[in-house]
Amino acid sequence: MKILIVDDEKDVEMLFRQKFRKEIKQEDLELVFAFSGKEAIEILEESDPPSVVYVFSDINMPGMTGIELLQIIKKKFPQIKVSMISAYGDSENYNRAINSGAKEFFTKPIDFTSLKREIRGVLNT
Amino acid sequence: MENKALKTQDSLFLKLTEALKKELSLEKGKEKIIGIKFQKSGEDWNLEELKVQDPEEDITRELSETKRQLKAVKKRLKAAEQQLVKQEKLASLGLLTAGIAHEIKNPLNFITNFSDLSVEYLVEIEELLQDHKHLKEIKDAFALIRDIKTNLGKIHDHGHRAEGIVRSMLLHSRGGNGHYDPVDLNALLKEYVNLAFHGMRANKNPINVEINLDLDPNLGKVTVNAESFSRVILNLCKNAFDAMREKAGSPSAPDDYRPKLKVSSFTENKKAVITVEDNGPGVPDELKNKILTPFFTTKKGAEGTGLGLSISKEILQEHKALLSIDSKEGEFTRFRIELSQKL
Ligand SMILES: [Mg+2]
Repeated sequence: MKILIVDDEKDVEMLFRQKFRKEIKQEDLELVFAFSGKEAIEILEESDPPSVVYVFSDINMPGMTGIELLQIIKKKFPQIKVSMISAYGDSENYNRAINSGAKEFFTKPIDFTSLKREIRGVLNT
Repeated sequence: MENKALKTQDSLFLKLTEALKKELSLEKGKEKIIGIKFQKSGEDWNLEELKVQDPEEDITRELSETKRQLKAVKKRLKAAEQQLVKQEKLASLGLLTAGIAHEIKNPLNFITNFSDLSVEYLVEIEELLQDHKHLKEIKDAFALIRDIKTNLGKIHDHGHRAEGIVRSMLLHSRGGNGHYDPVDLNALLKEYVNLAFHGMRANKNPINVEINLDLDPNLGKVTVNAESFSRVILNLCKNAFDAMREKAGSPSAPDDYRPKLKVSSFTENKKAVITVEDNGPGVPDELKNKILTPFFTTKKGAEGTGLGLSISKEILQEHKALLSIDSKEGEFTRFRIELSQKL
């Protein structure tokens, strides 16, 4: 299963690769990274249909925001699941994300236990 | 004889009063009384008003009076304007704080998660070295690994702590409407007394305060609106610090005066009770009722808005809680909150 992580901070890749080290080795999990909304869409358009099944995106990014990205993905690739990972966990952001079609909303600092639970749940279906 | 003297005085007073009444009604008139002449006629006193017909002088006087009033109004306006500017600044500062607070969560995400990861790696290293523990070098390495794990634990804990501070900063800059939930009141007290203390230390004129928390471990959870209730705790602590700062700076304070804040929680008649006590200058009896009314402040100049305690009272009313004050001048002030919503 291919998962795309979108965040403007590069260290996110190192963090996720290390946190999911075992899952990448043992289970059928592949992580790809994009550091802007634009880059994320480019990755999704690489193959038709896209190989990515789940996108986790930051909200506050220069250029395209995570919410805009979410709306574009939901329009172009409605089959792809999208969840948000943001430091801005207030109800306004939360409602906007969920109303735009986000599956889940995770806050930063990321609780990897619940994030792993979510990914495992999708892996098993 | 005595009676007569009284009568004379009476009539004199009557006349004087009348003259004064006229004087007052002269504000808009054309006549001006410039003096009163007393004349005795027989047993009685006569009053003669010495008047001048001088409308111009009236106008001059009125004008200067108007000018004086205008000046006073202008002064008040200026003060109000300054207060507004200050509030505006505070509001924009609040927005700024909210933005910064959110952004701090990004580095905190890396701090807590990378420290956790490093601990995981160390555990793996320990597993790898397990079979060679008999070697002295490996034994030393184990000791080092243990220390590194402790340090990483500290990094994680302090990152977590910073996160808590950021969260409460956000809570207060938003000033929104929280929810009523069962809350670990002791944890809330610990967090916000600490926050108030550090806030005071980071601000102008910090003072040293000995803080004593006497929290009943059996208090359990109490239903409060954590967001607004924590504001009350912050406020009571802030008032205590201000009062103790005032006492510490006053020449009448004893040389060995040491500011002390005591915050207690306990159960009484099935109610959760919180007390916040300082050993500041105390509140005089005649002010005890006043200090809970809006805009009443004992703080000098622009230091206080006079709203802190009345807002606290309002918040507590929403909680159906009681706020009372006990104080002895020169010794202590103790605020007491009684929460009846114990679950
Ligand atoms: Mg970001």
